Amino acid sequence: MLEIKNLNVTVEEKQILKNLNLNIGKGEVHAIMGPNGSGKSTIAHTLAGKPNYNVDSGEVNLNGEDLLSKDPYERSLNGLFLAFQYPIELPGVTNASYLKQIVNAHRKSRKETPIDAGEFLKILKEKSKLLDIPMDMHSRFVNAGFSGGEKKKNEVLQMDLLNPSLIIMDETDSGLDVDALKTTADAINKLRNDERSFIIITHYLRLLEYIEPDYVHVFQNGSVIETGDKTLASRIDQEGYS
Amino acid sequence: MNKVSKDNFTQEKYKYGFVTEIESEKIPKGLNEDVIKLISKKKNEPEWMLEWRLSAFKRLENMSVPKWAKAEIDEIDFQDLYYYSSPKDFKEKPKSLDEVDPKLLETYEKLGIPLKEQKVLAGVAVDAVFDSVSVATTFKEKLNEIGVIFCPISEAIQKHPELVKKYIGSVIPVTDHFYATLNSAVFSDGSFVYIPKGVKCPMELSTYFRINASETGQFERTLIIADEGSYVSYLEGCTAPMRDENQLHAANVELVALDDAEIKYSTVQNWYPGDENGKGGIYNFVTKRGLCKGKNSKISWTQIETGSAITWKYPSCILRGDNSTGEFYSVAITNNYQQADTGTKMIHLGKNTKSRIISKGISAGKSSNTYRGLVSFHKKAKNAKNFTQCDSLLVGSECKANTIPLTENSSNSSSIEHEATTSKISDEQLFYCMQRGLDAEEAQSLIVNGFCKEVLQKLPMEFAVEAQKLVSISLEGSVG
Repeated sequence: MLEIKNLNVTVEEKQILKNLNLNIGKGEVHAIMGPNGSGKSTIAHTLAGKPNYNVDSGEVNLNGEDLLSKDPYERSLNGLFLAFQYPIELPGVTNASYLKQIVNAHRKSRKETPIDAGEFLKILKEKSKLLDIPMDMHSRFVNAGFSGGEKKKNEVLQMDLLNPSLIIMDETDSGLDVDALKTTADAINKLRNDERSFIIITHYLRLLEYIEPDYVHVFQNGSVIETGDKTLASRIDQEGYS
Repeated sequence: MNKVSKDNFTQEKYKYGFVTEIESEKIPKGLNEDVIKLISKKKNEPEWMLEWRLSAFKRLENMSVPKWAKAEIDEIDFQDLYYYSSPKDFKEKPKSLDEVDPKLLETYEKLGIPLKEQKVLAGVAVDAVFDSVSVATTFKEKLNEIGVIFCPISEAIQKHPELVKKYIGSVIPVTDHFYATLNSAVFSDGSFVYIPKGVKCPMELSTYFRINASETGQFERTLIIADEGSYVSYLEGCTAPMRDENQLHAANVELVALDDAEIKYSTVQNWYPGDENGKGGIYNFVTKRGLCKGKNSKISWTQIETGSAITWKYPSCILRGDNSTGEFYSVAITNNYQQADTGTKMIHLGKNTKSRIISKGISAGKSSNTYRGLVSFHKKAKNAKNFTQCDSLLVGSECKANTIPLTENSSNSSSIEHEATTSKISDEQLFYCMQRGLDAEEAQSLIVNGFCKEVLQKLPMEFAVEAQKLVSISLEGSVG
């Protein structure tokens, strides 16, 4: 479903990704591990189309379509979801109205009518409960004054609402305490199915103990230096990257 | 881009830019006693009104245009303007809508203001002013039954001279400043509202101003009086055709609230702002002032300013009655080459008077947006309180935002709280929203609407949604 071929990416005149190749099949969960500065977050941002992440050469296909020629919002509407490492605050915009608007943007692209307010509230209640998110969080402004855990849960909630086919999680586990990690991982596991693929970027084994990956890739200097199954993550946890 | 598609694009951005092809009757260009006499005659005015106008004109001869606003204004040749224009054959205001020229009805229909009885907005009475005359007023009889007077000011001068005489110029003195004095000399039409003692006006009152004729200034005059214990909510809207010339709009609005009365005055200002190169557009030089004359009275201004090449207005409150309250809620948006210098004055004269100022300025393109305000506590204003919050949001890097809050304090028991912020829509915020499926314009409009929601919520329900859309449209083309 996702094919990355010989991808070279420069950020602020520094080459970060070097001849990266990666294939991710339908329903697979791939973990990406690696030291700081190895290019883990860069791959997430490049796939999502962040400005100033310049693709010098290479190809990326998502579900058979060229991904790199699309605007960030089109990538989202085509099923790509990036859970941010540091979710952005939107002062003045209440979480509920924001969530409704992004849901409606996706409905519109499917030529569906905007969601009925009552129906939306019902879905929001259901999905919030799954993540242990209190409903009053939705009357606050998006991510503004949220704790680290609340921000990450809010990312997972959006992931659940938008029904993406490829989910990229950029250090979703950072900032979560043990209980929140468990709740969040349970919610993510419920989203796993045969059609949906995951890229999980993390430093730590603990998230991968809850969400078992099919493959683990080790990043170094902007490309994959080793690929294995989940036992590779345990080995790295014990021995480090070197 | 070829010409046709470019025109279509501009048309979409300012959809009220059409011209109604209707023959108009103008009096000759120029500003002199004869012109003023002619206006007064056209309006069938009593002698005292003409004298009042002429006294204003005499004062005007020794006055010059104010220059202190933070705006670059081309010199206006006041002799080269038409001061009165009305649709031809419009000798007398039609008694019923059946007599109104269908072209006029069509115009207002296109503007989203249906005037025909079967289509009128439920719960909103409308006075439609076209160039210098009021062409229709809806729900008049219904309002009459409860004693509410809602009519063109030209009609009030004839039918309710005692009220007009008593209050006109009582809040904005004839000699106030150049444009206010000019308006006093040449005003043509506008609305008059009187709410009798103890009456809560059951519907929104609204005036829709339309400038149609070219080279014509619009000088409307509005007077609203809320008698003891009464309440009224009033809304004005305004649009104009797209023209290459700058057109002058210099209005005076006076509000008087007696004991325990409340006036809520909302404006959605959408005059033609000029094109993306700064050509054309309305010069909007407006004087708006409310007098909280009685104790426990309240005046609240809400304004959404999106149009005009230059906006220059400071809706103010004079808090004379003890325990009276003044409020000012403003969203001012400037894009391309628009310039806005707007704010408020809160003059605290009485004991325990309170005022609250929330101003949200949004600048995009190469525009300039200034908040200018004055909070003044006089000696007798014991325990007076003010809260001021001025927030500026910048879109792009070529626009300007200024905040000039002044305070004068002669009362030692009063308190002023002031907060100000300046922020920019960050690329990170836009990218975050786009990652969730919103395109660039939707993302920007979400953030901007969040920024000014506090003010938009103050608008009457019927108009809040419209205003939200307007906010988004005004910033179109400013992303990226």
